[in-house]
Amino acid sequence: MSSLERFMADAVSPWMSAKGPDADIVLSSRIRLARNLHSYPFPIYASSETSLHVYNELKEKVNGKSYSDLGKFDMVTISELNPIEKRALVEKHMISPYLAEDSVHGALLINESESVGIMINEEDHLRIQCLFPGFQLNEALTLANGIDDWLEQKLDYAFDEKRGYLTSCPTNVGTGMRASVMMHLPALVMTQQMNRIAPAINQLGLVVRGIYGEGSEALGNVFQISNQITLGKSEQDIVEDLRGVAMQLIQQERSARKSLLDSLKIRMEDRVWRSYGTLAHSRVIQSKEAATCLSDLRLGIDMGLIEGVSREILNELMILTQPGFLQQYAGKTLSSEERDVLRATLIRKRLKLENKHETSD
Amino acid sequence: MECQECHVRPATLHFTKIVNGEKNEIHICEQCAKEKGDFHPASNSFSIHHLLSGLLGFEDSVGSQGAMPLQNEEPDKCPNCGMTYGQFTKSGKFGCSRCYEVFEEKLDPIFRRVHGGNVRHTGKIPKRAGSGIKVKQQLEELRARLQEHIRKEEFEKAAQVRDQIRSLEKKGE
Repeated sequence: MSSLERFMADAVSPWMSAKGPDADIVLSSRIRLARNLHSYPFPIYASSETSLHVYNELKEKVNGKSYSDLGKFDMVTISELNPIEKRALVEKHMISPYLAEDSVHGALLINESESVGIMINEEDHLRIQCLFPGFQLNEALTLANGIDDWLEQKLDYAFDEKRGYLTSCPTNVGTGMRASVMMHLPALVMTQQMNRIAPAINQLGLVVRGIYGEGSEALGNVFQISNQITLGKSEQDIVEDLRGVAMQLIQQERSARKSLLDSLKIRMEDRVWRSYGTLAHSRVIQSKEAATCLSDLRLGIDMGLIEGVSREILNELMILTQPGFLQQYAGKTLSSEERDVLRATLIRKRLKLENKHETSD
Repeated sequence: MECQECHVRPATLHFTKIVNGEKNEIHICEQCAKEKGDFHPASNSFSIHHLLSGLLGFEDSVGSQGAMPLQNEEPDKCPNCGMTYGQFTKSGKFGCSRCYEVFEEKLDPIFRRVHGGNVRHTGKIPKRAGSGIKVKQQLEELRARLQEHIRKEEFEKAAQVRDQIRSLEKKGE
């Protein structure tokens, strides 16, 4: 294994390399549950001493323990990480920017395959997060429920008959659940259908946004769709509503891809090969251009226009080419220009690696 | 005008941020904006919480008493964490789980807006913390069913449900 391969394996969580259903469009499915301990003020309002209590309680009761076949949970203390490591965890979606920068006695309990993360002292005392590759919302919900029950045996949750799970922010009260799917929708963007679809989805109590959360743009045609409402609907109903919409989107994206291929094949080929060319040969590349080209390349692979490059490339390089990971790879802080150069180099190396393993035209 | 971040390039982007009535102007070049935004785009953006605190503030200013809660002594203060309703409307976040009880009367309209008209939880009930609640809800449901059977004169079914209620009540004791 080359050093780049090793680094890549590190950047991409082990759960990601598993094949999931509908992986041509759905990159991942996630369930997040917000939970609080009954007896302490919520983290943003708590004293440092109280937060330390919560931290210690979780460390004592969960650190080193296993649930089901997930392997044991290890506790990562955020204050012990350097800024580049923190940033890399954010880019990997393992922790939130808030936990990385502003939390007091913040921590992450994480299992070996990194499929489950429990953030401690984020906005709520606990944020349980389960991630699955592809379209597996129900599987993610079942696992999240299991972990939730397991933790509830050890911890006293704040729960109210009328309001459900009590959370720091009124937008999470009730189920405390945020279900989301990450979808690659380049054909819907190209055919300008996303502008129409996004507002319609909002009307159903769901939200569409770019992959780095609230307010971010859809980098590389990757959209996150999640539930907005957490009160007055059961967990199963929320997941079913989201699943229904995601299934519609999968179908529409597939048919948009087909019609693009039917009517504009040579144009599509030109576009995806040009992007491939840019990725394979450029010496300086900014993150936005890299994301656009990677999206095209992945679309080319999914449409069967480009062969010999593995499909995981989008997932992998989207993370790898973020500022935090570039700097972790370099082992030092880089200026924006230096990052653009290293980004181009890493992508070129990654694509060459692929050609070394398989023959390609 | 020069960029207030790098003080080298000219500022090409101009923002005006208004937080709690305080106006703040930002002049920045594209390069610095990109670098700032590059890290985590979510951090500086206008989030749901900003919207929410705006919503809560609005609630307050058109409140039925027309009082100015920030100037007067707060009548509603959570005895557990010390958060006042005024502070809650500013931050848009609760201080602790007790706040939900203390501000109970004011919360329905807020939840209704945020959660598509809903104010009551109908989802999961935790096994340990909510064991009593689960039994209570089951009993309520069974009693309603019992009434329905009696109304339809389905006495055999009603008797079955009655037995279910009895055994559940016994378990709860």
